[in-house]
Amino acid sequence: MTPLRGPILRGAVLGVVLLGLIAPIVVGLTETARAGFGQLPALGHVGWSLEPWRMLRDQPGFVTSLRLTLVTGVGATLIALALAVGFCAAMSSGAGAGRMRWLAPFLAVPHAAMAVGLAFVLAPSGWIARVFAFVLGWDQPPDVASVHDGWGLALMLGLVVKELPYLLLVMASGLSQVPVARQMAVGRAMGYAPGVVWIKVIWPQLWPLIRLPVWVVLAYGLSVVDMAVILGPSNPPTLAVAVVRWFNAADVAMILPAAAGALVQTAVVVVAIAALCGAEVVLRRAGLWWLRRGGRGWSWGPGLRVAQGGVVGLMALAALALLSLLVWSLAWRWSFPMLWPEGWSGALWMRADWRMAMLHTLVLAAVTVVLALVLAICWLEAEEDRARAPWAEALIYLPLLVPQIGFLYGLNVVFLRAGVAGGYAAVICGQLLFVFPYVMIALSEPWRALDARLLRVGAALGAGRWRRLLALRLPMLLRPIMTAAAIGVAVSVAQYLPTLFLGAGRIATLTTEAVTLSSGSDRRVTGVYASLQAALPFAAYGLAALIPAWWHRNRRDLRGGTA
Amino acid sequence: MSLEVQGLAVRRGDVALFAPLDLRVECGAVAVVMGPSGVGKSTLLDAIGGHLEHGFTCAGRVLVMGRDVTALPAEARRIGVMFQDALLFPHLCLGDNLAFGLPAALRGRTARRAAVEAALAQAGLEGLYARDPATLSGGQKARAALMRALLAEPQALLLDEPFSKLDAGLRAEMRSFVFGHVKARGIATLMVTHDPADAGAAGGAVVAL
Repeated sequence: MTPLRGPILRGAVLGVVLLGLIAPIVVGLTETARAGFGQLPALGHVGWSLEPWRMLRDQPGFVTSLRLTLVTGVGATLIALALAVGFCAAMSSGAGAGRMRWLAPFLAVPHAAMAVGLAFVLAPSGWIARVFAFVLGWDQPPDVASVHDGWGLALMLGLVVKELPYLLLVMASGLSQVPVARQMAVGRAMGYAPGVVWIKVIWPQLWPLIRLPVWVVLAYGLSVVDMAVILGPSNPPTLAVAVVRWFNAADVAMILPAAAGALVQTAVVVVAIAALCGAEVVLRRAGLWWLRRGGRGWSWGPGLRVAQGGVVGLMALAALALLSLLVWSLAWRWSFPMLWPEGWSGALWMRADWRMAMLHTLVLAAVTVVLALVLAICWLEAEEDRARAPWAEALIYLPLLVPQIGFLYGLNVVFLRAGVAGGYAAVICGQLLFVFPYVMIALSEPWRALDARLLRVGAALGAGRWRRLLALRLPMLLRPIMTAAAIGVAVSVAQYLPTLFLGAGRIATLTTEAVTLSSGSDRRVTGVYASLQAALPFAAYGLAALIPAWWHRNRRDLRGGTA
Repeated sequence: MSLEVQGLAVRRGDVALFAPLDLRVECGAVAVVMGPSGVGKSTLLDAIGGHLEHGFTCAGRVLVMGRDVTALPAEARRIGVMFQDALLFPHLCLGDNLAFGLPAALRGRTARRAAVEAALAQAGLEGLYARDPATLSGGQKARAALMRALLAEPQALLLDEPFSKLDAGLRAEMRSFVFGHVKARGIATLMVTHDPADAGAAGGAVVAL
C-alpha cells in the first residue's frame, strides 16, 4: 500500500551503517592481522610468518603488561559494578533516574581530563599529600609512587571514578522499567531484608538491561590508553599503551610485534566478555539455588552503607580532581606543602597556543555530531517503513566493544592506500564510529516514545513525509535531539586514539595535547588544556538544556524534563 | 462527499482481524462502528485512513467520492482523523495548529490568518491564536482539534472514540458540535465507539464489528 520508497530507504540506511560502522572495523582488524602474521609489504615483509609473535614474546615486560591489563581492566570493572550495585540496593526503591541527575557532570567529563585532575590530587605533591603535610608537618613530598604505581592502583581508581557514574545512570534507567517499590514490599512482607530482596529479586531483572553497557565498560577498561598514560604504570605499561608505543616507535620494524600485540589486546577483550558470560551462567545457577533455599539472610545494611559511602567519597574525589584542574591552571606559585596557591595568574590563559587545539576540537566535534545526528535521524525515520531490526541495533554497539587499538592501525593503512590518511576526513570518520552509537542510543528511546498518533494527524491533514519530519517530529523532539548532540560532543571531545592514529599526529586537539602535556612537568599548562577539555562537554550540556527551554518557553507540554 | 469501503480486510501476519467489510457512508451522514475493545476497530480506521503500521496488510478498496484512494499514502487521501485525545501539536501555538491543516492553495498571509481566526471564532476560541495548547481546557482542545481537521477540507472524516475522554456534560455538547459541523459541510463521517449514546446521537447506520 505504501509506495516503494520504504524498502529503498531501509536498504540505504542499513547499507550506510554496514559500510560506515562495520566495514572500518572488519577491514581494520584484517589489516592489523595481516601485519600480525608477517604481511607488511611496505617494509618488504611478504609471506606469512610467526616472527611478529616471537618478537612480541621477547619484548621486555610483555607478560607484565598483559597481567597489568587484566588486573586493572577486570578489577576496575568489578569494583565499579559492586559499588554501583551496592549503592542502588542501599537506595532500594529510591534509585530513580531523577535522583541520579547529580552524576551527569561526572559522566560528561572526558577520561583524560578526569585522569589529569586525579593525578593532580593523588600525586606525592598533590592535594591529598598536602593535607597530610599540613597535619603531620611534612616539608617534603613523600617518596611514594602514588601515581604511575607499579600495580596500576591509580589507574584502577581513575577507571572506577569515571565508570561509576555511567553504570549508576544506566542502572537508574534500567530500574525505571522494573516495579521496584511493589516487589520490594512483597519481598519484605515475606521477611527478607531490603538489601536481600534487591539482590535476589531486583538484580536478576536489572542485569539483562545493563549487560551490554557493562560489556562496554569492561572492554573500555581493558583497552584504555589515555587514562593509562596519565595514571597507569609506565615501565612496563598496560598492554594497550605498550602497543601504541611500539606502533609509534622510531624503529618501523616494531610495527610487527605491535600488530601482534593489538591482536592479543582484541583477544583479551573477547575472552573477558566470554568469561563474563560464563560467570553469568554459573551465578544464575548459584543464585537460583540460594533463592530456593529460602534463607532470609542476615542484614546487608552495613555492607550497602559502605558501598554508598564509597560512591559518595569517589564522587567527592572526582569533584576535587576537576577543581584542581582549574586551580592549577590559574596558579602562579604553589609550592609544597601549601594547601592553596600563593599567587594567581591568568597569563597561561592569555597565551594563544591553546586556541588552535580548541579550534580543531570544536570543528571535529561539530562535524561528527551533525553527521551522527543526520544518520541517526535517517535510521529512526526509516523505522516507519519496517519492523525494527534487532541485529542491526546490536551491531551499533560493535565499535564500543572492539578495542580501538585493534583496528585503528589497520584502518589507517587502508586510509593511506586511499590517500585520505592524516587529514580531517580520516579523523572525522574515525570519531564517527564512536560518536554515532552514543547519539543513536540517546535518541532512539525518546524518538520511539513520541505519540505516533500526532504524526497520523499530520498525515491526515495532508502533510507529506518531509513536512511531518521537519515541521512536527524534529521540533517536538528538540530537547532529546539537543541532549543527544551534547552527548555526541562529549564523546567526540574525549577521543584520543582515533585522533592520534588517523590524524597522523598532525591534528592536535585539546585531548591529545592534554595527554602529551601530562607527562611534562608544568602542571599549570596541563591544567589549562584539561580544564578546557572538561569545559567543552559542560558547555554542550548547558546549551542542550538552555536552547530547548528558551525555544519552548511558552509551551508547557514540552518544558517538562523528559530528556 | 461519500465514503465507501469494499471488502476491506486487515491481516496481521497470517491472522485476519475481522471479516471483509462493506460499508457506504453518504455525504453528511455519520455511520458508527461498534464492538468490544481489542476487536480491531481502531485498526479498521487506520486502514481506511492509510495509517496502518508495518506488519499489517490490507485487502479491499477504499473510495472517497468515488475516487479509489487505496494505493495512496495518508497525506493524499483527504480523509481527516480525530482521536480521543485532541493531539494538538505541543510545539505550535493554537492558531498555528489550525494553520497547519489549511490547504496551501489558500495564499496570502492575511487570507490565511483570517481563515484561522474565523475557525477559532466558530469554536468559541476568539482571540486565543497565540495560546499554548497545553493551557486550554479539555472542551476547548477538542473543539480546536475538530476545527483543525475541518480546515484541511477533508472529503471524509474518521472519529476514533472522540468523546470517550470528555466528562459527561461536555460529551453531549461536543457531540452536537461535531455532528452539526460535519452535517452542515456534508462530510461523510465514520465513528468508532463503544458508547451506545454516541451511536444514538449519530443517527446513521450502525455496524457491529
